[in-house]
Amino acid sequence: MTNGPTDTRPLSPHLTIYRPQMSSMTSIFVRVTGVALTLGFVLIVWWLLAASSSPAYFDKVNGCLTSWFGILVMVGSLWALWYHFLGGVRHLIWDMGYGFEIKTADMMGYIMIGGSFLMTALTLVMIGLCS
Amino acid sequence: MSFKTDKGRVIGLGSAKTGAQHWLSERVKAVALIPLTLAFICIIAPLIGAEHSKVVAKFQNPINAILIILFLYVTFKHLADGLQVVIEDYVHSKPAFITLILLTKFICYGFGFAGIFAVAKLAFSA
Repeated sequence: MTNGPTDTRPLSPHLTIYRPQMSSMTSIFVRVTGVALTLGFVLIVWWLLAASSSPAYFDKVNGCLTSWFGILVMVGSLWALWYHFLGGVRHLIWDMGYGFEIKTADMMGYIMIGGSFLMTALTLVMIGLCS
Repeated sequence: MSFKTDKGRVIGLGSAKTGAQHWLSERVKAVALIPLTLAFICIIAPLIGAEHSKVVAKFQNPINAILIILFLYVTFKHLADGLQVVIEDYVHSKPAFITLILLTKFICYGFGFAGIFAVAKLAFSA
């Protein structure tokens, strides 16, 4: 943290000055999906509380989450969860000191983007098979 | 766990706070969340939109209930950690900073324990 207005030291180059790269952009979206998932998990807790309250209230909340808007938020959260999951795994790989070569880092970015959509689709297929 | 040297601690230089511990505990939670998230998706995703009796039956199985309770506990802690870092990075006014950090903790612990309570109630209801 800087010390507010009294601190006039220049900041190091930030988002506005760097050319977007695969690694930085996909990493920023790990943060964005993480913050956005707050809503998804608040809704899941609401749904769990409803299930533990009464069948009538559960039907109401369940109906809310499976309305067209509810489905949009739930499927969006599912994608965000898979993206954040894959991004988290990549960050753990980086933390262990692997995958810093540009080619590898770029490839992991593509895997995150493609994998998040693929895993979302697979989860939806699994849900379809279960119900 | 502290990564400070004894001398560094005595003369009070270097990191004054608990950055290394925060960083390390974030990683521990992230690693734990790999299997727990997979369990969460397998258990919860098919239940969204399902009948009430099916949801109750699912959580009457202790393995499902325990996995979801663990998932909620670690996830909401991980969420509190993550939101704290985002606030530290972007919010530079002290009153707003303190307000947001408090709000984040209250919301994360509130919803986390509410979720755990709900799962426990479902698991224990006969």
